[in-house]
Amino acid sequence: MEKMMLLGDEAVAQGALDAGISGFYGYPGTPSTEIIEYAQQSKQAEEMKVHRVWSSNEKTALEAALGMSFSGKRALVTMKHVGLNVAADPFMNSACTGAHGGLIVAVADDPSMHSSQNEQDSRFYGKFAMIPVLEPSNQQECYDMAFFGFELSEKYHIPVLLRLTTRLAHSRSGVIRKNPVPQNELKLPEDLYQFLLLPAIARKRYKHLLELQADFLKEAEQSPYNQLTLEAKDYSMGIITTGLAYNYLRENFIDQPIPYPVLKISHYPLPEKAIHQLYDKCDSLLVLEEGMPVAEDILKGLAWTGTKPIYGRLDGTIERDGELNPNKVARALGLPDTEGKPVPAVVRPRPPALCVGCPHSDSFLALNEALKDYGKGHVFSDIGCYTLGFMPPYNAINSCVDMGASITMAKGAADAGLYPSIGVIGDSTFFHSGLTGLMDCVYENANVVIVILDNSTTAMTGGQEYTGYGKIEDVCKGIGVNLDHIRVFKPLKTNWDEMVRIYQEEISYNGVSVVIPRRECIQTLRKKNKMETPE
Amino acid sequence: MKKDIILAGVGGQGILTIATVLGAAALNRGWNLKQAEVHGMSQRGGDVQSHLRLSDQIIFSDLIPYGKADMILSVEPMEALRHLPYLAPDGWIISNSTPFKNIPDYPDEEQLYAEIQKIPNNILIDADSIAKSVKSPRSMNIVMLGAAIKYLEFTPAELEEAIKMIFNRKGERIVEENLRALNAGINA
Repeated sequence: MEKMMLLGDEAVAQGALDAGISGFYGYPGTPSTEIIEYAQQSKQAEEMKVHRVWSSNEKTALEAALGMSFSGKRALVTMKHVGLNVAADPFMNSACTGAHGGLIVAVADDPSMHSSQNEQDSRFYGKFAMIPVLEPSNQQECYDMAFFGFELSEKYHIPVLLRLTTRLAHSRSGVIRKNPVPQNELKLPEDLYQFLLLPAIARKRYKHLLELQADFLKEAEQSPYNQLTLEAKDYSMGIITTGLAYNYLRENFIDQPIPYPVLKISHYPLPEKAIHQLYDKCDSLLVLEEGMPVAEDILKGLAWTGTKPIYGRLDGTIERDGELNPNKVARALGLPDTEGKPVPAVVRPRPPALCVGCPHSDSFLALNEALKDYGKGHVFSDIGCYTLGFMPPYNAINSCVDMGASITMAKGAADAGLYPSIGVIGDSTFFHSGLTGLMDCVYENANVVIVILDNSTTAMTGGQEYTGYGKIEDVCKGIGVNLDHIRVFKPLKTNWDEMVRIYQEEISYNGVSVVIPRRECIQTLRKKNKMETPE
Repeated sequence: MKKDIILAGVGGQGILTIATVLGAAALNRGWNLKQAEVHGMSQRGGDVQSHLRLSDQIIFSDLIPYGKADMILSVEPMEALRHLPYLAPDGWIISNSTPFKNIPDYPDEEQLYAEIQKIPNNILIDADSIAKSVKSPRSMNIVMLGAAIKYLEFTPAELEEAIKMIFNRKGERIVEENLRALNAGINA
């Protein structure tokens, strides 16, 4: 078959389609978004009638995927690493319920925080939940592991975590396809109480999960994705790579064989036998991992290690933070580093910024004006384009923690006596995790102003649809926000006085106010206009 | 043979289209390709780069090592300089001279040009004007590609073929615009 040029994300999606998936679920988040976007644009997915609509958040997505698995069909749920925190409850419990139809949880981590608020490593979640983890090292493995993951999932009736990282998710390369397999038929689980975690059943399910651990280890020991190359010239050091770290190792020995024995790991739990063999044979170990030192940490805790040095991120051989690259690996190997000329001093930083004409820009400037007599430190914000309201000339926000935290932090600060206390959240983020926080505010009539910036899309990730579109006022009213204090305006320079006045009126109101600046995202508007005017 | 290229610019300037066209030309040769892109927050008016690796051998790393790039191909002069640590000692820096000013402290252009000209293998062209002069104002990126191909050892015919492949579905007029831009870049 002909090679397809695919991003790592796209290769996962194409692999899942060819492996007979019936449903993709997820919420957009860099660097995972392109998995579902690819499926949404796929003719094949349309013909197969595959579900590929965005969910409200990662938790609802994972639960829906679990429901599809219950029904015997193959499902894949996708999110960025912090999305797995949101979905942690169903994720942990799905290890106990197990799966019926194949279930893959595809999570894309973002080491170096290119587009994220932290750099957590999802492999910890895999170990926490005690389920198999697959970590592809290249685009072809992204594709192949969709097949492999569904098969593994159905063999042991267990969800499988597929861990991606930015450089693989967003890098394109050639992928060779396999013959597609048909979708599963609708079929209930043999044990209709498999997914019923009442304590009496849950205890049995948990014991079963514990029993499966030996099988998961055996699978990893025999996995085609874990390869031990013991034959080598130099046994002063053995090298363990996980995921795409292998590529950076090979890059450093591009014209020659690697002189050291190497264990390439892409399937967890860690294949202990192979590690033991490597450890026995070598004077030391070097562990190369993208993300946190997960394998290194486990390795150092194994009973039979301790006499030989183990180098990696924990001892500072490689920087503890940030993504790997070929140069970091070269330095860890004691090879000469390479570097071009330094960046000339004349070069200025060019950080991301709100687009020219962005509605948030007007919303923030007017908010600053309304707050100018109160000083700084009153605005809690959230995850989205509007987090760029931190940048000059706005300097408009004081927090960005997690999806929905703007509203609840504003409430907590108001509880503490901070006045005014403002929460600024985007429309898509509001429906992701803001609703419940707003209910807390209404329940106690907290003295907050919640600004819901409505640009009618999930803008930061490229303009995806969201579930609550067009429902903000109705939902706020339904929750119990006083209708007189649900205020809408169009954020435009020409409406300056109105915008400032509305903010000021709601700041002076003692209770829950919702202010909705509403104007379409300039990027999605541009895209629409392009489609309407023929070139 | 391999060609490692850092593509540079500001979000929205079309560096991924350069990668797609050049990538297609490499694939037509039966070469391998890896292309690391920037998505998400950084795209919002910030500096963007793409690591494009083309080779007749297997390619491992998605990232080009520092000091190893054969070329920095930039659609903006300040962005050309931002990636100098990647450039090999004998590498080429090929840049558009038209600045993209979306920050308050954008430096004096002449200083930027002087820094670019300090690199022994440099080409600095006004791709925006060239694109306009051949009535392809939206194809500044393809002008830059045209200026680069000689030093990447690709022939005009290979790139013409790739442009036809990539832009075909957008119609004859867009194909012609891009072919004009390519040739104007080649002759610049």
